[in-house]
Amino acid sequence: MSTFLTFLVSGLAVGASFALIGSGFVVVHRVTNVVNFTQGTLTVLGGLVSYSLLSMAIPHGLGELGAVAISAVAGLLVGLVTLSRPGTPAFVALLVTLGLSFLGTAIIILVWGQNPISPPGIEGSLEIAGVGIESQRVLIVVVTLAVFGAMWLFFERTDLGRGMSAAASNPRAARLVGIEIRHMGLAAFAIAGALGGLAGVLIAPTLPLSVYSDLPLALSGFAAAVFGGLSSPGRTLIGALVLGVSGQMVAGYLNGSFQTQLALVMMLVVMIARHRSLTTEEAK
Amino acid sequence: MLHIRDLVVTYGAATALDGVSLDVEAGEMVALVGPNGAGKTTTLNAVSGLVPTASGTIDIGGRSAQVPEGRQMFADMSVDDNLRLGAWTMPRRDRDTERVYAVMPDLRPLRRQRAGLLSGGQQQMVAIGRALMAQPDVLLIDELSLGLAPLIAARLIEHLREINREDGTTILLVEQEVDLAFDLCSRAYVLEAGRVVAEGPTDVLSADPQLAAIYLGAAMTRDGSESP
Repeated sequence: MSTFLTFLVSGLAVGASFALIGSGFVVVHRVTNVVNFTQGTLTVLGGLVSYSLLSMAIPHGLGELGAVAISAVAGLLVGLVTLSRPGTPAFVALLVTLGLSFLGTAIIILVWGQNPISPPGIEGSLEIAGVGIESQRVLIVVVTLAVFGAMWLFFERTDLGRGMSAAASNPRAARLVGIEIRHMGLAAFAIAGALGGLAGVLIAPTLPLSVYSDLPLALSGFAAAVFGGLSSPGRTLIGALVLGVSGQMVAGYLNGSFQTQLALVMMLVVMIARHRSLTTEEAK
Repeated sequence: MLHIRDLVVTYGAATALDGVSLDVEAGEMVALVGPNGAGKTTTLNAVSGLVPTASGTIDIGGRSAQVPEGRQMFADMSVDDNLRLGAWTMPRRDRDTERVYAVMPDLRPLRRQRAGLLSGGQQQMVAIGRALMAQPDVLLIDELSLGLAPLIAARLIEHLREINREDGTTILLVEQEVDLAFDLCSRAYVLEAGRVVAEGPTDVLSADPQLAAIYLGAAMTRDGSESP
């Protein structure tokens, strides 16, 4: 029972970071139709910048926030390059982001090298139902849930959020009412950078990150985003938590090397199921 | 209010508008008719700034707002949100949707409904309301009646008449149903292949047998068969 609870909480924590990464994919895809391949790189960047800032004796909180802000700026730069030519087809833009992720990888290797790095998180552990749980893991889940709440408020209540939703819903109508589609796309990339960076900042203390962590993280986040139809942050959160928990269970009770395959299997299942429901809808 | 001089718009090698000039005076309601591909929508989009102009001038004596073809709802948002987005460029205090419900009371009970689930006529009201939220001096309407039952279209025409009368809003109406457009508007321009081929008061134009041929052509291309 106690091992089960440990696996469950660490699964939720890992899943929460997948959810942040996945919602980064979702935000960009909704507004621009682009799948942003730099999402994993931005996540790693967040964790590594947080390490560097904290080791420069910048206090906790400020260092983490700084890392998120720098990731947001990096996301914005990716957006500036990707959206620089109006009318670029989405699959070409996807390749642009792929190229930028290679560039980002090179920069990360130049600055931080190739070894896994882990910034300090919050110390100590909490006692839950007689089992000691690392505080950092609880923090990841709490912060993620708060961020999803804040995202909901942002998209429902703020001008920028409504404008982004409108641009996602009907770009032609959005342009007619005077919404600058490109600015909404840039905001989406910046938010995706912040979400990825936050995931990296939160997960790195429990899971040392290296430049090579980007692919497995992005893959799991993308699987969660696919579960959310690349359009629903809420369903992305659910998909990510399921993926995170089942991954920890598989690793704990079976074999750790199955974790990535789990994400791939989930994507496959979702895609087959969606394809079916789409074809039955068309048949109607 | 709206003065267009020698407007040329090209899409790549194709010329969509080939020197169009038209004038709509303040408070006037003017129809823009002609067969498919004549350049009606392009004219409106040029005024709205959605397509770049190759040459010529567009002079608007105020704000314009467009009711686009196909209504273009923000389908997953509520009616109220659709309307509020129409006032995107306005300061927050000018985003009260009540003005729209006062003009089109049928929308009021639908305000929390998702716009994508409404009927075509209701969506067209939302589209008109959304354009009104920008407090336009000129209302550009693209294909008001397309896909709507004649009775519904007639009701929408009455709304436009009221909007014009109450606020003095100038209206430029693109419409395939020439009878409907001429019923509302006092003047019209006939466009064909990117040029103005006729203009004048609607009662004079509708008595012209030569133009009837163009209108008949329009009716034929629209639904693929001869109109009765």
